[in-house]
Amino acid sequence: MTFEKRVRFRSSWLPWALVAPQLLVVVLFFFWPAGQALLESVYESDAFGMSSTFVGLDNFKRLFADETYLQSFWTTAIFSIWVAGCGLTIALLLAVMADRIVPYAIAPAVVGVLWVFMFTPSMGVVSHALKQAGVDWNHLLNSTHAMTLIVTAAVWKQISYNFLFFLAALQSVPKSLLEAAAIDGAGPWMRFWTIQLPLITPTAFFLLVVNIVYAFFDTFAIIDATTSGGPGKDTAILVYKVYQDGFKAMDLGGSAAQSVVLMAIVIALTVLQFRYIEKRVNY
Amino acid sequence: MIERRPLATFLSHLIVLAGVLIVAFPVVLALVATTQTSEQIVQNFPMSMVPGDNLWASFHQALFGGQTAKGNTLPAVAPMLWVSLVSAVIISFGKIAISLLSAFAIVYFRFPFRNLIFWMIFITLMLPVEVRILPTYAVVSSLGMLDTYAGLTLPLIASATATFLFRQFFLTVPDELVEAARMDGAGPMRFFLDILLPLSRTSIAALFVIQFIYGWNQYLWPLLVTTTEDMYPIVMGIRRLMAGGDASTEWNVVMATAILAMLPPALVVILMQKWFVKGLVDTEK
Amino acid sequence: MKLRNTLTSMALALTALSAQAQTEIQMWHSMSGALGEWVNGLANSYNQSQKDYKVVPVFKGNYDESMTAAMAAFRGGNAPHVLQVFEVGTATMMYSKGAIVPVAKVMKDAGYKFDPSVYIPAVAGYYTAPNGDIQSLPFNSSTPVFWYNKDAFKAAGLDPESPPKTWTELTLAASKLKASGHKCPFTTAWQTWVHLETFSAWHDVEFATQRNGFKGLNARLNVTTPLHVRHIENLANMSANGLFVYKGRAGAAGATFESGECAMYTNSSAAYAGIKRNAKFAFGVSTLPYYPDVKGAPQNTIIGGASLWVMAGKNSNEYKGVAGFFDHLSKTDVQAKSHQDTGYLPITTAAYQATEKSGFYKQNPGTDVSVTQMVRKTTDRSQGIRLGNFVQIRTIMDEELEQVWSGKKSPKDGLEAIKKRGDELLVRFENANR
Repeated sequence: MTFEKRVRFRSSWLPWALVAPQLLVVVLFFFWPAGQALLESVYESDAFGMSSTFVGLDNFKRLFADETYLQSFWTTAIFSIWVAGCGLTIALLLAVMADRIVPYAIAPAVVGVLWVFMFTPSMGVVSHALKQAGVDWNHLLNSTHAMTLIVTAAVWKQISYNFLFFLAALQSVPKSLLEAAAIDGAGPWMRFWTIQLPLITPTAFFLLVVNIVYAFFDTFAIIDATTSGGPGKDTAILVYKVYQDGFKAMDLGGSAAQSVVLMAIVIALTVLQFRYIEKRVNY
Repeated sequence: MIERRPLATFLSHLIVLAGVLIVAFPVVLALVATTQTSEQIVQNFPMSMVPGDNLWASFHQALFGGQTAKGNTLPAVAPMLWVSLVSAVIISFGKIAISLLSAFAIVYFRFPFRNLIFWMIFITLMLPVEVRILPTYAVVSSLGMLDTYAGLTLPLIASATATFLFRQFFLTVPDELVEAARMDGAGPMRFFLDILLPLSRTSIAALFVIQFIYGWNQYLWPLLVTTTEDMYPIVMGIRRLMAGGDASTEWNVVMATAILAMLPPALVVILMQKWFVKGLVDTEK
Repeated sequence: MKLRNTLTSMALALTALSAQAQTEIQMWHSMSGALGEWVNGLANSYNQSQKDYKVVPVFKGNYDESMTAAMAAFRGGNAPHVLQVFEVGTATMMYSKGAIVPVAKVMKDAGYKFDPSVYIPAVAGYYTAPNGDIQSLPFNSSTPVFWYNKDAFKAAGLDPESPPKTWTELTLAASKLKASGHKCPFTTAWQTWVHLETFSAWHDVEFATQRNGFKGLNARLNVTTPLHVRHIENLANMSANGLFVYKGRAGAAGATFESGECAMYTNSSAAYAGIKRNAKFAFGVSTLPYYPDVKGAPQNTIIGGASLWVMAGKNSNEYKGVAGFFDHLSKTDVQAKSHQDTGYLPITTAAYQATEKSGFYKQNPGTDVSVTQMVRKTTDRSQGIRLGNFVQIRTIMDEELEQVWSGKKSPKDGLEAIKKRGDELLVRFENANR
């Protein structure tokens, strides 16, 4: 990881004091529980924790012997690429457009986040409203329809998030730079490509990592509300099975094993991004 | 903007407007639904877009509870809005505060295990709350934080998005600023408070909006951590109104509640908007 | 708002002070909307009938969520006294040694005379251990029935007062409806519950070995018999011909019937409340269709819904309160009123008879269909289902059936996949609970 700052402050105790609050919260409310949750992957326990048997790697072996599990790797890959890809490009497009006509441009962000709220699957308010409005197609039995539906739903949710950050980044580009380039005869496309885009790469990188994590982890509620992983298992992405097994079926061991696998994948992806893509970020 | 390109500006307006309309459509639907009665909503498929006259009744029932025409007694929603508001504010402020400090330390100082600590914080993104929810509950329970705001908010503060974002932003701040501050005799905290924070305004604003919505939307965690109904946040309240499958839901009241629930986040976004625009003026570096 | 909050807190504090002598019984449930009020009403009526105990119902999300909440709370030492668990979680609850206390024991220890024979056999039997001890109290039970749109029947030239009783008749009715322009003649909700689980009991055949799991952990699925294949083939053919339109898992299809989109469907008897309020058309309810050439059909249908479990770890005084509450719930007038208000099945025969005597069924035709399907002596194969990991098994059944409806798998292959994948889960459950 490259930290390009050459200038540093010197203090032996201040940095520790500064990270302490977050570290404390993280250790107490993440590492400790997460460790225990992941430890379940080598046990076979009953729902109430009354009996736990150590089973070594059995849960993992069982996972990889299940062909539907292996298939969901593929489903997840397709889903994530679509979601991250569409989410970022569409949001960037909207943000660039909106950048020109701020502040009225905040309106889509406002409505966007509100819409996201309405779409929160635990309520299904919008799903019902849409159904009542006659929006109906057969995502129940058609796999392509189903995949399109969940990609659309997931992207929809992310667009306003990405848009907000892209817009904030674009707003921070010094107007003087753009004006100077315009005077030199650079058109809007050229200005975007040579000035705006490079300057928003830190934010873009942030969004890339966050979007991929989002696609992998935060989308099970959307799938649960729309397709429940169906038809068959065609929209059952990896995290959906984690949720189903751990949460609906009370299979803590199996679900924990899947979480370990999922975590490993996402960590690997993130490390790759930091190693190879961050190089192209302009700080 | 810079040069007069009427076509491009027109196109921008058009696209943004289209974006607003597409995204606003479900909200409009919901609003129309609140003006109808529950039977009207279900009986018409697709739902009629003609507003009815039930608007006041729907909102009144949503806010204050009471008997509905069908003979159902509804709980008041106002206290739940309060719980959600307090939680969301605590989560947003808490997260932003600790992340600013950590990101500052990680970017501007050199100390042992610095990289490790960044990754430790970063890894909190890699395991969603739901997966570790049972042990997290155990921790919160053993700390005696059930049914408290602390229990509702602390576990949700433990995530790295804000730290990561601030790290990205701080890395773009030119070194000259730090050197200038140093030459003026300013220490690190002075630099942080007087120079870095104001510069980070747009990021903080964007993050505040996102975290507020995130905190506002929480359902599963509050469900586990609260057992008294006066600590229920609004999202749980909405969920409770919707009968699952067997009995009939009073959709007009549900939609009214949802719209009420949307108002505080909407206000937050509108208020934060100022900080966005301000950033435009101040970031001449 | 702050003033109101302060006043409310003060009021609560005062009532808490005065109610100090009462023991609080926490009941976690998943009844939202109007049903939530029903639960509150039951608790209130008990609380008002005596001074020692106060039942506090708490809505804890849907069945999955409240189960998770209870598991978390149990491990933390603050589980509720009573937990409402859906029927497919029965095996999980029963085999969680030390986590629950059987209702029979709770009642006996508290000194209540508990007579299992007052309960409707098909209703209580689901929750009864092989030794006759009832494990949990049936609470909101329903059973699949057949709903149909009388106005659509008239329009298609069918007699609205004689609904199809057999599958052949149903297919004919569906064709007539399709011919008259209906895009969705027949659909179903809860396809696994209705067309595999209840289907088996209704025809007095096994769904799984070992008396559907009642006799032991080594039960295995038995859904690849010619009868099961025949039924799924029928449905698949209907689907291919546009007579049966799949409208989603769980209860999703309910809305399509209430709006008039689908003319006939099979769903829980508890859909009554919603249909009565929302349907703009005349509707009818009848018994589930069956195959008349199968010996023993129609036998009885299986219940769905949830029951109340008692969690372990409380003191005997609290259990007395729980027992009193359960006794109150089983009273004939309480049961009869619940049954009439919600459409859920009464759990005692006395409540059924009382309702009949009051003329309720005459005034609300069709509401007795569900009960008559259940008020029969059960056989070894129709008492209910008790299989472990059943939530996951149901998901598997949903997945495979969807493959069949979309034409990707043949009915036989789909059922065999169900058996193969389901049995793996049953083996795991057996090993985990040996």
